[in-house]
Amino acid sequence: MSTVLDIKNLGVSFSTDAGAVKAVDDVSLSVERGEVLAIVGESGSGKTVTAKTILGLLPETATTRGAVLLSDRDGERAQDVISLSKQQLREIRGDDVAMVFQEPSTALNPVYTVGWQIMEGLRAHSSMSKKDARAKAIDILRKVGIPDPEHRVDHYPHQFSGGQKQRVVIAMALVLEPGLIVADEPTTALDVTVQAEILDLLRRVRDEFGTAIVLITHNMGVVADLADRVAVMYQGKVVEEADVRSLFAAPKADYTKALLAAVPYVGHGTVRAAERAAERPEGWAQQPPVVEARGLEIVYPGRFGREGFRAVDGVDLVIRPGEVLGLVGESGSGKTTIGRAIAGLTKVTGGSLKVLGAEMHGIREREFRPLRSRIGFVFQDPASSFNPLLTIGECVAEPLIIHGHAKDAASARTRVDELLEAVQLPKAYGDRFPHELSGGQRQRASLARALALGPELLIADEPTSALDVSVQARVLELFGELQLEFGFASLFISHDLAVVDLLADRIAVLYRGRLVEEGTGVEVLGAPEDEYTQRLLASLPVPDPIAQAERREELRRLREAV
Amino acid sequence: MTAASVTPAAPKRRLRDRLPVIHHLRQSVGLQRGMLVAGLVLLAIFVICAIFAPLLAPYGFAQRRDEAGSFGTQQPPSAEHWFGTTVGGYDVLSRVIFGAQTAILVVIVAVILSLFIGVALGLYAGYFGGWLDRVMVVVFDAIYAFPSLLLAIVLSIVISGGQSSLWGGVLAAGGSIVVVFIPQYFRVIRAETVRIKAEPFVESAKVLGASNSRIVFKHVFRNATRTLPLIITLNSAEAILTLAALGFIGFGIEPTAAADWGYDLNKAQSDVTSGIWWTATFPGLAIVLAVLGIMLVGESLNDLADPRLRSRRRIAQAAGEVAQTSVVPGGTLAAGPGGLGGLEDGESFDEHGIEVKR
Amino acid sequence: MSTLDTTPATEDLPAAGRPKPKSQGGGFGRYLLIRFLLIFPTIFILVTLVFFLMRTTGDPITAAQGGRLGPEALAELRAAAGFDRPIFIQYVEYLGQIATFNFGETLTTNRPVFEVLATYGPATFELVFYSLIVAFAVGIPLGLLTAYYRDKPQDAVFRVLAIYWYAVPVFFAGLILKLIFSVWLKWFPVAGRASVATELQIQAMPNKTGFYTIDAIMSGNPEVLMDVLSHAVLPAIALGLLTAGIFLRLVRTNVIGTLATDYVDAARSRGVGELRLLRKHAYRPALIPIVTVIGLQIALLLAGAILTETTFEWKGLGFILVEFIESRDYVAVQGIVVLLAVIVAVTNFIVDIIAAFIDPRVRY
Repeated sequence: MSTVLDIKNLGVSFSTDAGAVKAVDDVSLSVERGEVLAIVGESGSGKTVTAKTILGLLPETATTRGAVLLSDRDGERAQDVISLSKQQLREIRGDDVAMVFQEPSTALNPVYTVGWQIMEGLRAHSSMSKKDARAKAIDILRKVGIPDPEHRVDHYPHQFSGGQKQRVVIAMALVLEPGLIVADEPTTALDVTVQAEILDLLRRVRDEFGTAIVLITHNMGVVADLADRVAVMYQGKVVEEADVRSLFAAPKADYTKALLAAVPYVGHGTVRAAERAAERPEGWAQQPPVVEARGLEIVYPGRFGREGFRAVDGVDLVIRPGEVLGLVGESGSGKTTIGRAIAGLTKVTGGSLKVLGAEMHGIREREFRPLRSRIGFVFQDPASSFNPLLTIGECVAEPLIIHGHAKDAASARTRVDELLEAVQLPKAYGDRFPHELSGGQRQRASLARALALGPELLIADEPTSALDVSVQARVLELFGELQLEFGFASLFISHDLAVVDLLADRIAVLYRGRLVEEGTGVEVLGAPEDEYTQRLLASLPVPDPIAQAERREELRRLREAV
Repeated sequence: MTAASVTPAAPKRRLRDRLPVIHHLRQSVGLQRGMLVAGLVLLAIFVICAIFAPLLAPYGFAQRRDEAGSFGTQQPPSAEHWFGTTVGGYDVLSRVIFGAQTAILVVIVAVILSLFIGVALGLYAGYFGGWLDRVMVVVFDAIYAFPSLLLAIVLSIVISGGQSSLWGGVLAAGGSIVVVFIPQYFRVIRAETVRIKAEPFVESAKVLGASNSRIVFKHVFRNATRTLPLIITLNSAEAILTLAALGFIGFGIEPTAAADWGYDLNKAQSDVTSGIWWTATFPGLAIVLAVLGIMLVGESLNDLADPRLRSRRRIAQAAGEVAQTSVVPGGTLAAGPGGLGGLEDGESFDEHGIEVKR
Repeated sequence: MSTLDTTPATEDLPAAGRPKPKSQGGGFGRYLLIRFLLIFPTIFILVTLVFFLMRTTGDPITAAQGGRLGPEALAELRAAAGFDRPIFIQYVEYLGQIATFNFGETLTTNRPVFEVLATYGPATFELVFYSLIVAFAVGIPLGLLTAYYRDKPQDAVFRVLAIYWYAVPVFFAGLILKLIFSVWLKWFPVAGRASVATELQIQAMPNKTGFYTIDAIMSGNPEVLMDVLSHAVLPAIALGLLTAGIFLRLVRTNVIGTLATDYVDAARSRGVGELRLLRKHAYRPALIPIVTVIGLQIALLLAGAILTETTFEWKGLGFILVEFIESRDYVAVQGIVVLLAVIVAVTNFIVDIIAAFIDPRVRY
């Protein structure tokens, strides 16, 4: 095998508002032909910066040292990307190395057809005629699995679905048959079922084109599924490098161990849920439910008299006191809408939804407001769920002030300190502004705010999806502890089956606004009945290369059975 | 625990980092700093002229003679009259200096009035929506799209019948500018309010059961008005230009009531054709410099407020041995230096570079 | 090379999510219709606003003749013109007139306002047209250039220049241009749309259009054309540079925005050259907001035209408007203002349609 990419002692620094920041520090890596090297790390680890360096795509605020040796397609000549001129860089980009981006909807220029964009890359590197380039574009679109490519080649990006857009992006990277493709979080923006398909496609790219792939990701499941070799990055340095099986079987670096331990694994929570169910007192099931939906329908009105969008369509569900219901679904499944409807943020348009005994269909804000003190809500994005101009202490004191438990932020301070301590934040953090906290810290403060009035119901809308894996593990753990301590009922919304499994007593699966399956973790995850749940479960990559290979087989069978 | 534990204890921001202009001045680099400094200097001269006009000007704005007798009309620049005299026999230099006073009065009247009305309406419409919002949007959009000068003319006719005293003239000009500006503040504040209303922190307040007035004043208002300093500078510039334009087409303030740059330019029109350059050049330059100063400050503030437009100090590779603090609070590195995101759907920048949602 | 026989994408449906603001399929026709219908409330609002504002000062006859005529004569005139009736009836009647394109009759010259438009409109149109040529030719390329060289000396020079162009009142710029190029250097004529001889020649033409450039071309006399064009140079530069400054800033801000997007990086990663990135990938998407905002600049351009025309005695709508203002003929003023409102509303409609047409997300 020949080496396609050889990174030697790479260092990258950025100038930022806060002064110089070193993003990558003395990183050495190499990639062989036909190999998938995964660079794993959490935010701030420098993995994306490393990837961009390979194509010379760093912004002007960056300074680089070291060497990035990239071989050309025939493996005859290696050039140092860092020392290349603009013109030379232009020549190797696309031809020797190509890139697949994280967000397919922003990686395609919205005002040109996909065919135009593919052909542009072709014609930038050769004097190919328009006709030939077009034929080649159609050919490559077919190869990445776009149906009816002769017709679709003239479509604009917005006419493709998210997964298809990512296929187009991969087609663009492939069209000149580069020796190396750098894929920066290629599946992060996609749903799990689509992710599985894109990972399949990337595997075929490696096997059938012999292309080497540098896969940048934070998702250990994706690593286990696709990578041959893994480099773990932490704070700008490579802390461990190994082939995929030995890394998962016997991680050496402490950080790798911690990272692997933090990854939620489907099936780990079922035991706990069963224990909890066994401990419930008799007559528990007969208590009036905290939330009860019957044939719930929510339609967003269309604009200018167009037909509205039916986000939730005939959903029945029940949450009893002290119970955690996990609501799982992909984008557009209506899971967030249900959460918002329960919190009175979205209007119910049909069926019945009873929250703490109040019928939400047609309720007025004034009637509902007193009940709000009994409901807590944790939002997805911890960065934007705090008023940037108020301190954390003031934000946590808000519910106390609003419901008359305290006159102002100062008099609420004792209670605020207690709450901060309950979520394991130092008291002093109450004086900080939200932007001075990290994502995980903010999400804990968010929990503190939601719990301030001791609510009977807590709605958590993807509370950890914006967090790094290790931070997520801590927040989930805290959530479990707090639930035990305060005993609130909870609707826990997530796209991640493994996360839901950790906390939920029961799991409900939503698909395009309909509830397709509901039951305990053992039922839903152990023996799913619905075809969609089966596919969802099989699509979820597990952080274990050997187990994942089996699951892949399983998924293939499921797909063929359809 | 990775991210949380390494975040250094952030000290409270010092006062000098929080005052808008001073903070920006410290933050700016190179060319941007040059523009900002140049703008601030011009602005300072303008304000000093306005405040100390009676001390700085050699003569009164309505003075046509002194002990030595009449100034004479259309006299070229000389030791007695540095900038010469006008067709009406006034001292050009004195009228230029006093003109700053009139201009600043108009700016203050116009900006303050339109600010209060526009912000209040924008907040209301953006937060509560409903039919009143829709009506206001259509009305203000119509006014916004209309040539502001024409509207100012109509209003000048209405307010003063098109002439006269200092305060009559100032109020006429200021008032007509107010009506033109209200839609601008309304649009900006409404767009910001609509955006902020959808932010999780506002929804979170709603979920907590906060009343509308609490949400509007505590959470929306202060966040929605962050771009105001910028718009105020730009509108001040526009106010001066509108005042000058009104003066130029004959809605100026009589020379005996106040010094009006636009009026003087109007009277200097025929001078230019006969080659008398000083009567037009100096009041014109005064307008240009005052507007330029304000615009430079505004433009720099805009650049510095937008991470995409802000330039940063270059660093040497040797610098930045700070890997331990590389966890940037509030975001990943990938989003930091390269600039944030792209152009979102439906978002654009108007001619002032202010984000406009439409 | 074998084909990558992947399973066809099962997620064929566009990701269903929150309702999309712009839906697909047949959306363009609908958008066109709705946008067209929006013209009418805009005009209606401005007509109403102007009507009532003008009437708060009293009736036009009193304004025009007050002091010159006795109260009885005034009352007679007012009654004859119908200004003594309740204001609301006058308003409804006025709306009816507007609907039939009747914008009233001037008091001083007793000509229909519409005829004033026909006489003076072409001049304003010509001025705006030439200025736009200057603005586009100067503003757009320089905007691209400054975005490309951002924070380098080239950027700073042209940006300060752009701010300067904007800061200079157009009438002052006109006066200075006149002073330098007409009075001192004598390169261009001082004022007017043409010299007297040319003016007479064009007036004598049988099927004149009022657009002097077209008329001059039709006359077949190159000297006439040269005369007409040389008169247009200074006004077009004065008004054009003001607009160019705005275009420059607009292009720069929006192109810098698109230059930072993923798709520019994606195109760069395919080996597309920097100039092409700027011209194709950054500029074209940036054009959508740019065109929309340029539409709003029509208002500014018209305001600028009024001032430019006064400075250069360019006998267009602005010039005549100022004359009517001076003679206190407020019926004429109101008529012209309302007419301009119609023009602005229609222009904005056209510009929005162009912007939508550039954006395939609206078109399809």
